[in-house]
Amino acid sequence: MIPHKAIVIGCSAGGLNALQVLLPLLDPRLAVPVVICCHTGSADVSLLVELLARHATLPVVEANERAPVDPGVIHVAPSGYHLLVEENFHFSLSVDARVAYARPSIDVLFETAADAWREHLVAVLMTGANSDGAHGLAAVRRAGGFAIVQDPRSAEADVMPLAGLSIAGADACLELSAIASLLNELCLP
Amino acid sequence: MDVEDIEIQLFVRAMQLRHGYDFSDYAPASLKRRVQQLVRTHDTGTISELNRRVLHEAGFQSRVIEGLSVPVSEMFRDPAVFRALRDKVFPVLASYPEINIWQAGCAHGQEVYSLAILLEEAGLYERSRIYATDFNDAALAVAAEGIYATREARDWSRNYMEAGGSHSLSDYYSARYDFIKLDQRLRRNVTFFNHNLVTDDVFCEAHLILCRNVLIYFSNTLQDRTLGLFRQSLVRGGFLCLGTRENIDFSPSASEFTDVDHALRIYQVGGAGARQLNK
Repeated sequence: MIPHKAIVIGCSAGGLNALQVLLPLLDPRLAVPVVICCHTGSADVSLLVELLARHATLPVVEANERAPVDPGVIHVAPSGYHLLVEENFHFSLSVDARVAYARPSIDVLFETAADAWREHLVAVLMTGANSDGAHGLAAVRRAGGFAIVQDPRSAEADVMPLAGLSIAGADACLELSAIASLLNELCLP
Repeated sequence: MDVEDIEIQLFVRAMQLRHGYDFSDYAPASLKRRVQQLVRTHDTGTISELNRRVLHEAGFQSRVIEGLSVPVSEMFRDPAVFRALRDKVFPVLASYPEINIWQAGCAHGQEVYSLAILLEEAGLYERSRIYATDFNDAALAVAAEGIYATREARDWSRNYMEAGGSHSLSDYYSARYDFIKLDQRLRRNVTFFNHNLVTDDVFCEAHLILCRNVLIYFSNTLQDRTLGLFRQSLVRGGFLCLGTRENIDFSPSASEFTDVDHALRIYQVGGAGARQLNK
């Protein structure tokens, strides 16, 4: 079996609630990095970081420009910037134009993460009211990575997971608690 | 190595050997996205076809440069930064008989006009000179005109108020249909010119350098070189203002800068106390 070395998660409308369900269910022994792009509409992501950190089993931080993508840490994309993963597994940022009306864009995170981790990446696309992330998810699959989409019937907003399923398809389509179990299964050593 | 990565390396070499632009030390992930965007914009299908046009088509390189320096900004972006410049930096600048400011990577000039307005309101503009530079000539031409789409400018008035502006932003522009034009009097002490941070050198003795969200596109090596260039350009006690999410912890040249306001990425050459390292 291919070892999975990183998890990327994208969500938008309803994302805060979904993350607050998902993150506490992750196994604290997970030794892979988790990188989240969540559209918040707020100018400062520190509130989101704080809320997620309350119940997450792993430390939650704002992704730091140029810093290594640390394993066992949940990194959240800052507001107003695209978050990219370089092939040397360090973060970089850009203020290039919005993609699918969004910055940070899930597509940008997923596509660059797919270039960096290739078949070792697990990507999760969850609740959201726009189609950002669908092309990124397709890139993850093309690179041989594992794609999980939240079951649209269980999502607070189903546009994003439906777009993911129609454009990229998925290796698994599950509700949140089952996503957490699968991530633990795929990524525990 | 996959074919596209090879094509990108060839693109970088072509721009360097044929046109003298060096992108070899740009952060690879965003460079790749921009090159892919160029393929879509110019409908070349492949990067190799883009490379052919770079090599053989006269004048094509300037359109490539426009695509590689996507200038996205707004007036008074991150208002707290401009407020801090006014409250913490301007009082020091006020002690100089002449004030030199370098806006490095000014793109479409929104921050140049923002700065000019703040200096005007602080009574410092008459003795200030702003050097606004970019390596993209098309962007410089837009900056010099000071004309922006009204829909882009929607949030600028609020930014201006949050930055501590003392009038109304509309006092500084005239609105026509879908565009606003900044008062050209704001330009009277601004010099726009082409300067490439990658290849060009020190050209002035500056009291303040603003370079926000430009170094994020550079590798650590090039970021360090550029911070060294800024250090050389600044007077002792001079200020440097970067984008609010930039990280200079990996740059040896940054050791000479101290924090004025770490969260807002405002630094000073020398200054009191060592810079707090954040991880």
